[in-house]
Amino acid sequence: MSRTVKETKAFLEELLGTYPEKTRKKREGHLAVKESCGDTSTGGESACSTCAVKSNVKSIPGVMTARGCAYAGSKGVVWGPIRDMVHLSHGPVGCGYYSWSTRRNLAQGKPGVDNFVPFQFTSDFQEQDIVYGGAQKLETICREINTLFPEAKGISIQSECPVGLIGDDIEASAKKMNDELGIDVIPVRCEGFRGVSQSLGHHIANDTIRDHVLGKGTLADPGPYDVAIIGDYNIGGDAWASRKILEELGLRVVAMWSGDGQLETMKLTHSVKLNLIHCYRSMNYIARHMEEAYGIPWLEYNFFGPTKIEASLRSIAARFDDKIIENAEKIIAKYKPAMNEVVSKYKARLDGKTVMLYVGGLRPRHVIGAYEDLGMKIIGSGYEFGHADDYKRTIPQLGVGTLVYDDVTQFELDELVKFIKPDLVGAGIKEKYVFQKMGVPFRQMHSWDYSGPYHGYDGFPIFARDMDMAINSPTWKLVKAPWDKEIR
Amino acid sequence: MNTAEWINTVEYKELNFARKSLVINPAKACQPLGAFFAAAGFEDTLPYEHGSQGCAAYFRNTLSRHFREPFPAVSDSMTEDAAVFGGRANMIEGLKNANEIYKPKMIAMCTSCMAEVIGDDLKAFISNAREAGSIPKELPVCYAHTPSFIGSHLTGYDNMLSGIIEGMSEGRYKEGERNGKINIIPGFEPHVENIREIKRYMALMNVDATVLADNTESFDSPVTGEYVMYNGKTTLDEAGDCVNATATLSMQAYSSIKTLKAMKIKYSQKTEAFNYPMGIAAFDRFLMKVSEITGNPIPASITHERGIAVDAVTDAHQYLHGKRFAIFGDPDMVMGLAGFLMEMGGEPVHIVCSNGSTKWGKEMEALLASSPYGASGKVYAGKDLWHMRSLLMTEPVDMLIGDSHGKYIARDADVPHVRIGFPIVDRVNLHRYPTIGYKGVINLITWIANSFVEDMDRRSDDAHFELLR
Repeated sequence: MSRTVKETKAFLEELLGTYPEKTRKKREGHLAVKESCGDTSTGGESACSTCAVKSNVKSIPGVMTARGCAYAGSKGVVWGPIRDMVHLSHGPVGCGYYSWSTRRNLAQGKPGVDNFVPFQFTSDFQEQDIVYGGAQKLETICREINTLFPEAKGISIQSECPVGLIGDDIEASAKKMNDELGIDVIPVRCEGFRGVSQSLGHHIANDTIRDHVLGKGTLADPGPYDVAIIGDYNIGGDAWASRKILEELGLRVVAMWSGDGQLETMKLTHSVKLNLIHCYRSMNYIARHMEEAYGIPWLEYNFFGPTKIEASLRSIAARFDDKIIENAEKIIAKYKPAMNEVVSKYKARLDGKTVMLYVGGLRPRHVIGAYEDLGMKIIGSGYEFGHADDYKRTIPQLGVGTLVYDDVTQFELDELVKFIKPDLVGAGIKEKYVFQKMGVPFRQMHSWDYSGPYHGYDGFPIFARDMDMAINSPTWKLVKAPWDKEIR
Repeated sequence: MNTAEWINTVEYKELNFARKSLVINPAKACQPLGAFFAAAGFEDTLPYEHGSQGCAAYFRNTLSRHFREPFPAVSDSMTEDAAVFGGRANMIEGLKNANEIYKPKMIAMCTSCMAEVIGDDLKAFISNAREAGSIPKELPVCYAHTPSFIGSHLTGYDNMLSGIIEGMSEGRYKEGERNGKINIIPGFEPHVENIREIKRYMALMNVDATVLADNTESFDSPVTGEYVMYNGKTTLDEAGDCVNATATLSMQAYSSIKTLKAMKIKYSQKTEAFNYPMGIAAFDRFLMKVSEITGNPIPASITHERGIAVDAVTDAHQYLHGKRFAIFGDPDMVMGLAGFLMEMGGEPVHIVCSNGSTKWGKEMEALLASSPYGASGKVYAGKDLWHMRSLLMTEPVDMLIGDSHGKYIARDADVPHVRIGFPIVDRVNLHRYPTIGYKGVINLITWIANSFVEDMDRRSDDAHFELLR
């Protein structure tokens, strides 16, 4: 349903008014309606108030935030998908258990031999480890990993809350084990109480990769077309779909960060000619570092939906020679008929349908184009853990009247959905069943709802099918019993 | 020999079992998950975690993935400053927000390990929050310390349940008086339909029973077009009055150690702990105990139902008899499963329980010793699914039974995997089927026997691909 800017603003006022005063004040800056806006990415005068949406600050106690923690950002997002090393959840059993294979980072290799992604390695802290410290245990664990998994190229130690609180020197243990075992043992200080969300965990993980991985290898045969994929976690095979296009373009993907990633190839990334960033939020840090330290330029791209894929292919190709530029046009022409077919099949069923998004790192903006390719309209979007630079990149892409919400509470999201009545909500598992109970079609947009890939030319037909399936499923017609006369 | 072959060997198994500190793929979670689970069984109750926010997100995700249901709960988002100064300020603000936004009738508070390591005192902080005017005097805030470095999700379930009973029954215990009811504790019950079954049997026997905690609707509620946030079915009045019951029966001994102890010692009740009574005989014993305690007879309708289940048992025993099983999961659940399998003539061979104690191990061994079909069974308390992998590869079985996490090793061992337990995140609707009671027996047989038959069909060559199975 379309609402005017005035109506929406009035509704937000009313919504905020139900909070205790202190909470109302804290929350009001996080909710906004897009009014009018030029391209504000340069921070020029055209910046409107919407672009100043408050972000990356502490969640308010007791409000039901969807946010996670630094451990989730480090182990769950950045480190976890690297397949040829063991990621130890260091501390009590829970964190590793809840993040065990739940992010759908697909990886090649034989589990337990040279792929350690679908595992929960934990030091399973007991009371005595809290009291006496876990250093000794950590060393024993590293030795045991080395014995049982001889092909593991390294170990990352992902700290859980207690580790930082009891003051264990995991850096010293890691150094000792690194020397003793002759494999990379990397301490990561991603205790869950650090920072305000997953986001600090991404940053900490980037920093540890910078300090312990980057630059540690030598690329045998560097070439002019060497690139790295940065910030694609291969959810449902996304990174493979992206890699395929880049290779078709004539580029050589030296490393994948970190979906289906390998420690060994990540060490070579400083040798590439261009870093290609998909999830800016979680990996801009390492790209900036490589730019400063090695002079490697980086480029953001977007492989969701044909419009964005084409634009991205052209901007990537423009960084290379004529051969690559020609290839880009060839690829675009080659896939155009198939993409047109997808659009013509689904646009008829989805044209004009409205969507509210609430997701993580890149998706609140990156998927907009894919929806628009299908004739759909984004009428609300927000980030769980975005920063100001994410909103600056997002708001120009939104139409006037679009709702913007940062670190939205479950209460706010429920009320906003009831108010603007979108045809589809795309968010996470915590939100999914709330909206389905309301009879609102929903897709999980973190895990692709166990589907995917959604990236690249391989992904778009699946994306289109899934959105159609969610919105046009005949099942929604069954929600009300035929004898129930009350019309909603 | 390459590594892929080596990890399947007896030599590797010995190395694997020699590890002392590393834990790989344990089938257990941490305390506050169980605390959230228990809290969801009470009327208009908001689960509240005092500690880091990431934990609450993980618990909500995990519960929602298994049940495919919403799981509303809050945390008070403690960060670095709370690590230094303690989480009092977070709780004062958190309780105010939680109460005013989500309007619960009760808040059930547990802790993350962060709050436990820094030593936050829940009782004192809650009282501070009341003094500060965060919450009204009359709003009950029940609490349990649930350190994740002690026990497992079962310990957390028990602690929270016990905390809720203590909190709600304050001033209500009438020594020497009994309210004529019995309490039933389902325990950490991933197959929530079991709770509905228990209630149905109690109704058939005219027994006035209070389920502690009845979270059936929290984990299996209808789509109506409206979202209902609170679905706990144990009323706060029942939670308060349960201390005056005649007896308390627990379906899962290891989910209710502390709670049962309080019922017995503090509230002078008869208590009885079962080990997830799967199978005919185990459920017979449960019903007879209920009959003995209440004096109510077991009606003919239940005997009739039992007969139908026994019919299913005799019809299908040939699919299970002599088959070798590996089972893993929570301590009571694996005991229940082993009992059921042996009753059918099946042989539990590898029994792994990551959160099983030494005491549990002895009880499990005694159970195996009670049947000739338990002769080849070996019990592994405190071991994990990587240990189980070595067992499957070196001493093969015909089937693996346990939660979805077992799928990797079932694939490596090339055996069918029947999903029972928590979490089940790769199959739909299994939580909607009972696994206990006589209908539960029929379901277990259906899943297990048909999995064998499907597996046989898939593997058969044309000549052996028969119509009759």
